[in-house]
Amino acid sequence: MSLLIKGGLVVDPSQHLEDPLDLLVERGKIVALEPPGRIPAEGRRVISASDLVVTPGLVDMHVHLREPGEEYKETIESGTRAAIQGGFTGVACMPNTKPVNDNAAVTRLILDQAKAAGHARVYPVGAVSVGSLGQALSEYGDLKAAGVVAVTDDGRPVSNSMLMRRALEYARTFDLPVISHCEDLDLASDGVMHEGAVSLQLGLKGIPAAAEEVMVYRDLTLARLTGARLHIAHVSTAGSVAIIRLAKAMGLPVTAETAPHYFTLTEEAVLGYNTNAKVNPPLRTEMDVKSIKEAIRDGTLDAVACDHAPHSSLEKEVEFTAAAFGLIGLETSLSLTLKLVHDGALNLSQAIGALSTNPAAILGVNGGTLEKGAMADITLVDLNREWTVDASTFASKSRNCPFNGWTLKGKAVMTIVGGEVVWEGE
Amino acid sequence: MEFRHKDLLGIADLEPEEISLILDTAASFKEISTRPIKKVPTLRGKTVVTLFYEPSTRTRMSFEIAAKRLSADTLNLTVSASSAVKGETLADTAHNLEAMAPDVLVIRHAASGAPHYLAQRLRCGVINAGDGLHEHPTQALLDLLTVREAKGRLDGLKVAIIGDIAHSRVARSNIYAFTKMGSRVTVAGPATMLPPYLETLGAQVTTSLVEAVRDADVIMMLRLQLERMGQMFLSTLREYSQFFGLAPKHLKLAKEDVIIMHPGPLNRGVEISPEVADGPHSLILEQVTNGVAVRMAVLYFLIGGEKG
Repeated sequence: MSLLIKGGLVVDPSQHLEDPLDLLVERGKIVALEPPGRIPAEGRRVISASDLVVTPGLVDMHVHLREPGEEYKETIESGTRAAIQGGFTGVACMPNTKPVNDNAAVTRLILDQAKAAGHARVYPVGAVSVGSLGQALSEYGDLKAAGVVAVTDDGRPVSNSMLMRRALEYARTFDLPVISHCEDLDLASDGVMHEGAVSLQLGLKGIPAAAEEVMVYRDLTLARLTGARLHIAHVSTAGSVAIIRLAKAMGLPVTAETAPHYFTLTEEAVLGYNTNAKVNPPLRTEMDVKSIKEAIRDGTLDAVACDHAPHSSLEKEVEFTAAAFGLIGLETSLSLTLKLVHDGALNLSQAIGALSTNPAAILGVNGGTLEKGAMADITLVDLNREWTVDASTFASKSRNCPFNGWTLKGKAVMTIVGGEVVWEGE
Repeated sequence: MEFRHKDLLGIADLEPEEISLILDTAASFKEISTRPIKKVPTLRGKTVVTLFYEPSTRTRMSFEIAAKRLSADTLNLTVSASSAVKGETLADTAHNLEAMAPDVLVIRHAASGAPHYLAQRLRCGVINAGDGLHEHPTQALLDLLTVREAKGRLDGLKVAIIGDIAHSRVARSNIYAFTKMGSRVTVAGPATMLPPYLETLGAQVTTSLVEAVRDADVIMMLRLQLERMGQMFLSTLREYSQFFGLAPKHLKLAKEDVIIMHPGPLNRGVEISPEVADGPHSLILEQVTNGVAVRMAVLYFLIGGEKG
């Protein structure tokens, strides 16, 4: 059956569109994009998008789905359901599962589970090294053939610079980007939050901004050496932004992402020993927040990815130092990014670019566009819908959300994957 | 002035007037410890539980004696070897204790914020007897009382705190306490042990012991945790004691009536020379005596009133 999405404002950075257009979907593909009223409605399911924004399906390039191995925190089913409720039609899942996604069998399991769930598309990311142990390279060619879209050391950063060099070279062989979690483990040591005035006040060991920045610099240098595609994950500091900006100006093949919490919260969110604000890299300062927003605006940071990291009460309802790092974000990411639009920090195209077009391009996956002939992954957004975050209603199995109780403006109201309406809000 | 807190978690949460009230009350309680029968019935029928996840002799004993002098029943639990090893969570341990209906729980824990975690979850009062690198409020109160007795005032004094500031909850609580009461606090130590942003707590910061003690009214030496050497915070004990150990020559730079304090236990010959520790300026043992009085006052305010 064909689907006519009628009367909406189409925002598609891939075509530089921000215009009222009607959209026709047939057999899972976008077949027409026309000025309002041109496409006849007869015999078609009509979705009224009046007062709504129609965007290419959102893609979150950095999530943890926890399956296989930690299904009590999240499953591929629950995680991808959280994704579509948040407006995401595709998510890239990190390999730090149990077992680690360092071989094609795990990759195939993830894809099978995603298909069975039938919610969002899942793009598996493979491990840089076997078992993420930082010793031997995993089988990038095999992983890619099985469906992996990138390799990463997320959560278990590569300390050995030679291994990082070889990983970049080997990934270039198979045209895979390397996603780097930049953290000098010696400098971060046993820190549990940003090293600054608040860590001093709370008596908590700090993770200095330098722990991230020295590794950003190392990896950019290695990208220049190897010519490989490098993507810097979850950028959290003004210093990292400055180094990446410089690298891009030099023409290095580097891209980078940040997460909504890094442009929304500061170290002060930890006050009261709030374990839901314990995340790695840690929440930084007002100055960093300002710099991150500016970097999304000027394109230094290409993508917004929420680093959705579900943890149960077992990991979070404990002393701050004992709590796990990470917070969930799939169901708040779009709204927090739209807050930047409402606050005038970004325009709508920049926001959708960071949430859809750019991450799809970095991962080299279909999507991120509403071009004629493209796969019909589409998100409908009500920019002005006010809602109150209530983590107890989330599709995610976990509740570690530092935005619980916040009132946000702007929300996905319908998510379409491959021409099928997979989620529709009230 | 009234004291209206369910818990005592840190000096940062107290107003100067509340601190004065505790000190005044502690001063009046001191007399009890000099009587032939060192006991008053003030807290009869109340139960004080001490829950210590870190080894401590002095602080735990001090709380216990304070509670007993006020006729409270006490129960001491040292957890390092019991439930924690069996995997029981802090919250479960505390809820189990609370089921036995204590009036106040005194906790020491290696995790900063552990007392706050319990205070949010328990109906009974919680007293922080030292949490990680965060605070040790009763130590700061006893230090204030000791200085106030010796100097007759707290405002306008120069207080030097020397040593491993980074890892010291005593230093944090005392920086808050003395600055709130109008003293000027200077902290000194090797830069490895001076965390960034110390100025934001209201302290002056220097890497020079000499600069810190010059014209000081109070010099407080911190205990050097000997394991810090392996963690790259300093080179050798010999060099540490040479540059950051308090020796008689330093006292000449300070005010003539300078007082020397140390929260104990001492590393004699490391951060403090025996001559200074045992000399006429030292009030180290007076601190211990005042510890009992201050803890009596804190227990009295948290569970002695009629607020139920």
